[in-house]
Amino acid sequence: QKVSVEVLQHLEHLALVDFRDAEGVQRLQKAIQFADQLHEVNTDGVEPMDSVLEDRWCLYLREDDVTEGNCTKELLENAREKVEEYFVAPPGNIPLPKLEEQETFLQGS
Amino acid sequence: LAPWVPVVGLEIHAQISSNSKLFSGSQVQFAAPPNSLVSFFDASLPGTLPVLNRRCVEAAVMTGLALNCSINKKSLFDRKHYFYADLPAGYQITQQRVPIAVNGSLSYSLCIDNKMSQMVTKTVRIKQIQLEQDSGKSLHDDTRSQTLVDLNRAGVGLMEVVMEPDMCCGEEAAAAVRELQLILQTLGSSQAVMAEGQLRVDANVSVHHPGEPYGVRTEVKNINSIRFLAKAIDYEIQRQIEELENGGTILNETRAFDSKLGCTVPMRDKEGKQDYRFMPEPNLPPLILYDAKSLPANMNHQQVINIDWIHERLPDLPSVKRKKLVEQYGILPEHSFTLLNEEGLAEFFESVVKQTQMKPKKVIGWILKDLLSYLKQHSLTVKESPVSSFVLADLLNLLEKKEISSTAAKQVLAELWKGEGKTPLEIVKEQKLELLQDQKELEQICQAVIDGHKNEVIMMVLG
Repeated sequence: QKVSVEVLQHLEHLALVDFRDAEGVQRLQKAIQFADQLHEVNTDGVEPMDSVLEDRWCLYLREDDVTEGNCTKELLENAREKVEEYFVAPPGNIPLPKLEEQETFLQGS
Repeated sequence: LAPWVPVVGLEIHAQISSNSKLFSGSQVQFAAPPNSLVSFFDASLPGTLPVLNRRCVEAAVMTGLALNCSINKKSLFDRKHYFYADLPAGYQITQQRVPIAVNGSLSYSLCIDNKMSQMVTKTVRIKQIQLEQDSGKSLHDDTRSQTLVDLNRAGVGLMEVVMEPDMCCGEEAAAAVRELQLILQTLGSSQAVMAEGQLRVDANVSVHHPGEPYGVRTEVKNINSIRFLAKAIDYEIQRQIEELENGGTILNETRAFDSKLGCTVPMRDKEGKQDYRFMPEPNLPPLILYDAKSLPANMNHQQVINIDWIHERLPDLPSVKRKKLVEQYGILPEHSFTLLNEEGLAEFFESVVKQTQMKPKKVIGWILKDLLSYLKQHSLTVKESPVSSFVLADLLNLLEKKEISSTAAKQVLAELWKGEGKTPLEIVKEQKLELLQDQKELEQICQAVIDGHKNEVIMMVLG
């Protein structure tokens, strides 16, 4: 079952990835097929598990003390652009160009 | 024309009052140099992990209990993904699947026809309360076409309180939010000052005809005060009704309230519905809470949160405080509302009552009419009052002992507002406002008046 162009475009938009070429898309399709095998197991009435820790307590609770911060200089070291100790970003999200305007592989699909 | 039924629901974000952030040890403070209250985790540097702040959990449990919620003994954390410059991780840690508290209720009161003497109690259901991270702040610099990002707020703990669409207009929403604000402030779980962004409210509004399914709803954001909340909602209800009556349709969109124009305007690009790709937060195990029954035997106290322990220590909520004021002092219910609505006013009232022989039912008039109106006129808080409870009690005692008249008392009060440090008695003496009690003296004065106005007396005697 092929993944539709709309879904591929949606994924590229959501995760800011680029499937590049036919091989990339095929790899994705194979990955989905592989994961789909999970559906072969009947999980009716079974609670989903997202942690092997289950109900065992082990979420550590920290005391409400101030122990970090005050490292503006270090943090800004990584910034490509800064203005008076603020990080600089483009004005709002730059919308991705529509499919027709992109020069992606998906256009040809 | 068939009647329209407006439906209003609210999503409220309350900043948790804590020293440090939800998942890191950086400080929570309103005004500070940009990016000075930011840890490596808050800046989303690789290799950092979230560590849950105990105080934030307690705040959420307190709030859940105060709102009659069921506290989930096991709740989970999730990631909500979207891209924005003030969200460095590209996702927000929240509780989407199983929040910490669910199925509560909030009772609030409304005046019918603006008459405080006719109050009606309404209830709104609380769908859930969840713990989540706040984002940083974006400052838009349109001239240079850039956004400046300050992450001081990024990671501060929030309680999102979701209210079911049980409200029907701006007034109800405003009253519900006001009551929630008072509750949060009483609990201390949030200072809930809207002006400082500690309480943010988004409204979901739709209209439909009775008996028909609910209409398409819009989300209204950017509301900065309770007053604007009512305005924004009422405007949006009207806008939707007009649109539909003109044959138009309502788009499921997000709109911003423009306080200057008093209207709502479309806010976001129509990118289609947001897909947040929720997934469990892999770095946080489930949050387990206990009660007296389930308390584990051998566990470090510091690591255990006991819901019952917190329940026992909840302070009196506003509704209980009001009831007690009415019962203890014999004042009217609407009086108790006004007392609690002003920070420190109830305490001031009780303090005056303790220090005077005047009955509380009479004292309340002086508090609500004279004191409060003066404070409002001069935009002062109760704390800033130039007249202390001691001084006011002193004045009321003079009145009660009939040493001055009620009119004279108001005159003295007007003088006391100047805050020159004079005692009420000093002012009474200065302005010669003492009531004369001596019968003989009074007779003498009357006689003197009669003697001094012989003509008028003759006119009166003749009729």
